[in-house]
Amino acid sequence: MVIEIEVNGKNIKANKGDTILETLYNNGIKVPTLCRMDGFTPTGACRMCVVEVEGKTDLIPSCSFPVDESLKIKTHSTRVIRARKMLVELLLSNHPDDCLYCIRNGNCELQDLAVELNVRERRISGDKSKLNSDHSSPGIIRDPAKCILCGRCVRVCEEILDVSTFDFMRRGNKTAISTSMNKDLNFSNCINCGQCIMTCPTGALHEKTNFDIVQDMINNPEMNVIAQFSPSIAVSLADELGLRSGKDISGILVAALKRIGFDKVFDTSFGVDLAIYEQSAELADRIKNDENLPMFSSCCSGWIKHMEQSHPDMIDNVSTSKSPQQMMGAMIKSYFAEKEDISPNKIFSVSIMPCTAKKFEAQREEMTHKGVSDIDVVLTTRELVKLIHLYGIDVQSLDEEKSDAPFNNRSSAGKMPAVSGGLAESIARTLAFHLTEKELTNIKIAKLRGTKERRETYVKIGRQQIGFAVVSGLKNANNLIKEIRDGKSDIKFIEVMACPGGCINGGGQVFTNDDKALKNRAKIIYDLDDKEAINVAHKNSGILELYKEFLGEPMSEKCVKFLHTKYTQRDVLL
Amino acid sequence: MDKINELNKDFLITKVLHNAHETLDKEVVAKLAAIKRDKINKPIITIGVNTPSRIIGVDEIKLGLLEYVHDRNFDAQVIDVGSLGLTTYEPILSVHLPGKTKLYFKNVSLENYISILDGTFNNYIHEEAVLCQVRNDIFEQWEQVPFMDELPYFKNQQRLVLKNCGFIDPNSIEEYIATGGYKSFLKTIRNNTPEEVCEKIENSNLRGRGGEGYPTGKKWRVALETASEQKYLICNAGESDPGAFMERLLIESDPHKIIEGISISAYAIGAQKAYVYIESEYEIAVARLKNAIKQAKEYGIIGHDILNSGYNLDIIIKEGAGAYVCGEETALISSIEGKRGKPHSKPPYPATKGLFGRPTVVNNVETLVNIPIIIEKGANWFKSLGTEGSSGTKVFSISGKVDYKGLVEVEMGTKLRDIIFRISGGIVQGKKFKALHIGGPSGGCLTEDHLDIEIDYEAISQAGISLGSAGMVVLDEDNCIIDMVKYFMNFLQEESCGICIPCREGTRRMHEILENISKRPKDDNGNTTLQRFKGVMQLENLAEVIKDTSMCGLGRKAANPVLSSLKWFRDEYEEHIFERNCEAGICQELRTFEINIDACTGCTLCAKKCPTGAIIGSPQNAHFIVQDKCIGCGICYDTCKFSAIISK
Amino acid sequence: MIESILEKYPFVQRDNIIPILQDIQKNYGFLSEESIIKVGKYLNMPTSKIYGLATFYNQFRFEAKAKYHIRICNGTSCHINSNLIIINEIKKRLGIENGGITKDGLFSLEETTCMGACGLGPVMAINERYYTEVNVNKIPEIIEYYLNNDK
Repeated sequence: MVIEIEVNGKNIKANKGDTILETLYNNGIKVPTLCRMDGFTPTGACRMCVVEVEGKTDLIPSCSFPVDESLKIKTHSTRVIRARKMLVELLLSNHPDDCLYCIRNGNCELQDLAVELNVRERRISGDKSKLNSDHSSPGIIRDPAKCILCGRCVRVCEEILDVSTFDFMRRGNKTAISTSMNKDLNFSNCINCGQCIMTCPTGALHEKTNFDIVQDMINNPEMNVIAQFSPSIAVSLADELGLRSGKDISGILVAALKRIGFDKVFDTSFGVDLAIYEQSAELADRIKNDENLPMFSSCCSGWIKHMEQSHPDMIDNVSTSKSPQQMMGAMIKSYFAEKEDISPNKIFSVSIMPCTAKKFEAQREEMTHKGVSDIDVVLTTRELVKLIHLYGIDVQSLDEEKSDAPFNNRSSAGKMPAVSGGLAESIARTLAFHLTEKELTNIKIAKLRGTKERRETYVKIGRQQIGFAVVSGLKNANNLIKEIRDGKSDIKFIEVMACPGGCINGGGQVFTNDDKALKNRAKIIYDLDDKEAINVAHKNSGILELYKEFLGEPMSEKCVKFLHTKYTQRDVLL
Repeated sequence: MDKINELNKDFLITKVLHNAHETLDKEVVAKLAAIKRDKINKPIITIGVNTPSRIIGVDEIKLGLLEYVHDRNFDAQVIDVGSLGLTTYEPILSVHLPGKTKLYFKNVSLENYISILDGTFNNYIHEEAVLCQVRNDIFEQWEQVPFMDELPYFKNQQRLVLKNCGFIDPNSIEEYIATGGYKSFLKTIRNNTPEEVCEKIENSNLRGRGGEGYPTGKKWRVALETASEQKYLICNAGESDPGAFMERLLIESDPHKIIEGISISAYAIGAQKAYVYIESEYEIAVARLKNAIKQAKEYGIIGHDILNSGYNLDIIIKEGAGAYVCGEETALISSIEGKRGKPHSKPPYPATKGLFGRPTVVNNVETLVNIPIIIEKGANWFKSLGTEGSSGTKVFSISGKVDYKGLVEVEMGTKLRDIIFRISGGIVQGKKFKALHIGGPSGGCLTEDHLDIEIDYEAISQAGISLGSAGMVVLDEDNCIIDMVKYFMNFLQEESCGICIPCREGTRRMHEILENISKRPKDDNGNTTLQRFKGVMQLENLAEVIKDTSMCGLGRKAANPVLSSLKWFRDEYEEHIFERNCEAGICQELRTFEINIDACTGCTLCAKKCPTGAIIGSPQNAHFIVQDKCIGCGICYDTCKFSAIISK
Repeated sequence: MIESILEKYPFVQRDNIIPILQDIQKNYGFLSEESIIKVGKYLNMPTSKIYGLATFYNQFRFEAKAKYHIRICNGTSCHINSNLIIINEIKKRLGIENGGITKDGLFSLEETTCMGACGLGPVMAINERYYTEVNVNKIPEIIEYYLNNDK
């Protein structure tokens, strides 16, 4: 039902049942918020969105107050602005004064609000909470001193990921966000997905940067510094670099990375094709032998840690294939090194990912052979942007370049896993080839695409109907697993991505992650699939050559050595 | 503790509870008189076992009493009662000899109980300990003992809510029923629809005693009219105001009355499940309430198909784990649900969406105790008490610098002056009244000029504060207002739930500002007079915004102590800021000391004890205090054997 | 055994969490990490939520009390009767802050909200023994008593 309310002296239309804030947003009136999150129920904690409502003695939080006929609202009266300003000043009075040194400088919601509300004088000062930062985790750094206790990380971790690493601790002026038993993050059940970083309004949560070592290595003439970048990155940072969005910018990225000084630049899409080829062969084997089904995907390292700690009984059901990053890393330090006659010790392998969990994955023990890691350093998308700025690269003036041989080919399937559902679709295509040596009649599987949290379909391969499921946001994975434990589901393959929407919304991506941006990123990927000629991993000539020259058959001994891994139960505080 | 007497139980159930008539048979009345000890045939000793008396050691005294009776082979009975509300005189003991009026003794101790009893049994009054006797025309009176209704403390009160307190055995459902208990509830479920009960309460103008004074009937009606298969009534007994104790003493003294209030209220809103939220620290209250629920179940007063009415009610005790904010109804609901006690934005109000998402009414203890009274005596009678806007009586807990600390129940509209000076005996040691703080951390203070306020919800809000928990603390000239406000601010900054910014950060900053003005400057960049002054300016700004933007009542009222004290005691703030002086001498750091060189013998003791090395001087010579180094701790003052240190 | 406490709560419902923790604390004196893990498993709740909840309330503690647990009332009435002097004296004497335990493990200190004896302040308690109208000069004597008691 549409009603009218009065805002700042003018009548505007409102849907009954909406909150005041929703109505204001729909009418283009901006009211600041700090604790609000799209798609979550409001908590009314930050009080930034207060407005003046006629007849009410106190200011009203617009985020949780429903509209009603005859409401008369002032959104920017002197009283309201005074209150908002005071709230920001209160936060600043307990906030470190190191904006210039802060990772979120120029990109901080608190800073923006202080500017917006014209905070130009320190009117409130006092003791600040003394809280130590936590650098224990390989992926995420927590700096509680900068935390404004909006609670967004707590909610995303609980309501989207179902991991609940964080909660509020204590109360009153001693309130803080903490892990269970106030332990360091690396002893917690944190899966390093980085979604908390994406919601954090300040620099209280950020990725661990590995900048310096990359620079040192680039400057070291003895080292062969090699970069690979994830397929999802090329579709997500055009805006951030000032390029026209809506296009895959892999070519530009290759050029930029070369300018920075990387000796070789590979597109991880090749690794994705490799992972699809190997993983679907593994799935084909399991289907033939009817063992360890359903098989869960293994590309998402956040999911893998979660599975090891929360669902250890499912370990046998997870594909043993390494993630594309790790397969690529393994191939760089074996096949490529052999081919180019470089000692693996002289290769420094940098992986650029939209993900903080990959930082954790790269340092797992299983990913190291005789002291040589498959991947030496993982950088996030955000770090890449900084690297490009640091080296003064003017991306506007760059011409596209091709990634380096021998990993310079990819299929469109190699790009697809950037989007939730893309991996399952690509696997289906290549699984058909492994099982029947024929192609799927219709390679586009619409039911696996889209934004629904959970998607399922059956794909006819040969005479069999094979069930595929796609879940993103670990909460949905947990729900599905519960059903599987209860005996439901004849699904054969389950793609799990920890981050909602998949890697295009990863915890290492740039901060412009609204729904529109995500849709745009997905569209670029699916457009490529429409436009390009090679749509399946098993037709990537580079992959076929790699198997022929080096790996042998899928699931061969050599494949197991380089491309597969194992998982172990993790005892953490759940 | 459990004392179900099967014979009495059958009698009470069949002859009293199931008796639908208004009148009772003569023999029933006689038997009831025996149960409620109006008529006795052997000596009865009652001892007030409650929190304050337990702290003084009443348990040992009680053992002594039992031993006394046993050793002498007396056919006398020792009975626990709650509290008369006069905590200054706890432990209070009564001795009732057959044929004589009942005697009360105050401040009973292990040292004097034997002589009290020895005396009384030999018709001799222990003059030091005797408090009063209870007027009764039938029995022989004691000579030269004042009657209870003559004592100013009792005389000037009107006790409805506290009527039974200190008189009946809180562990005995028999006594409660014999004094007319549960009649209102049974009458209600027999004769009235929930609709009618709501109407009655609405007509009575009863306002919630939890602080806001929201009309109880109105709240009930919303819950009654919200359709839901499950509704809840919650009795908020989580007092936790650090200076109030009426709910605790009320539950300790008359638990069945609360159960009856809950039962009627739950019926009125259509709830079949009720919760009592009570601090687990209130051990005696929790135990007595648990026992009361158990007894009521055995009597079929609560449970399934109550006395064939078809109405079911379950009452569950939820023990709170200690958080002031859980007195706020939405925070309380979170706590019962097993979460952090975090308040929620309203709307939705609990009456439409509360516990487990169902319609829920949260009423405090005193409100609920008023319910059976209104049912019994009628809405109009209730309305005739008190003022136009606020009907009935109000219970206050009064502490601080008055002679009689304890519970006071007066009609709404009673003058504050009467409460403090007539009932509570005025200021201790004849000192000067300075301020009255009402409502704990969420309340505010009033001055001498306000003492003629006739207290009710309107008058108190006109004075710019709220009744809050109705705890009254009386301050005299030896108390410092800044110190008092600082205490509350410190309490609030620790007790804030920590979720919303204004309350969490604001209370903390306000506390710091108050700390600053009660400290001497530490160094050049802190606490200069200008900064201290700016602090006070900021205090008002902060207070306004906190009040305007906080999520729940705790935050919205957090500024009350500051705002009211700034309004009425501004000169005291200025004295602290500009003259760095605390007249009452409470703000330690503002004290300055000097050495009287004539009296100083140069013994060096003070210099040795001084924690900051502020005292210099050579042995045998007069010493000197370096004011810049002195922190005003006063150790030198306490140490000096020659009274050479002068406090300024 | 924590298991036998859990058995008393056959319905796995979140609103049982506070009663369960209270029960454990009553039996063990504090909440150990082990007990929090077990409760989490039993109620199917992340331990971070249990820890967050328990730290919210005054009642729960995460380490054992000392042999002599001192509680000092910090209610309004005790405050205006100058309890701070007593609190500070005890802190100074024992060298501990609120919530702390002395190095020898003999004394622990807790400032509580109103104990309910507002007419008798300042009030303090050591284990089950109460002291009313405490005077700062009595403190050395009281502490000495327990020290001697221990020898």
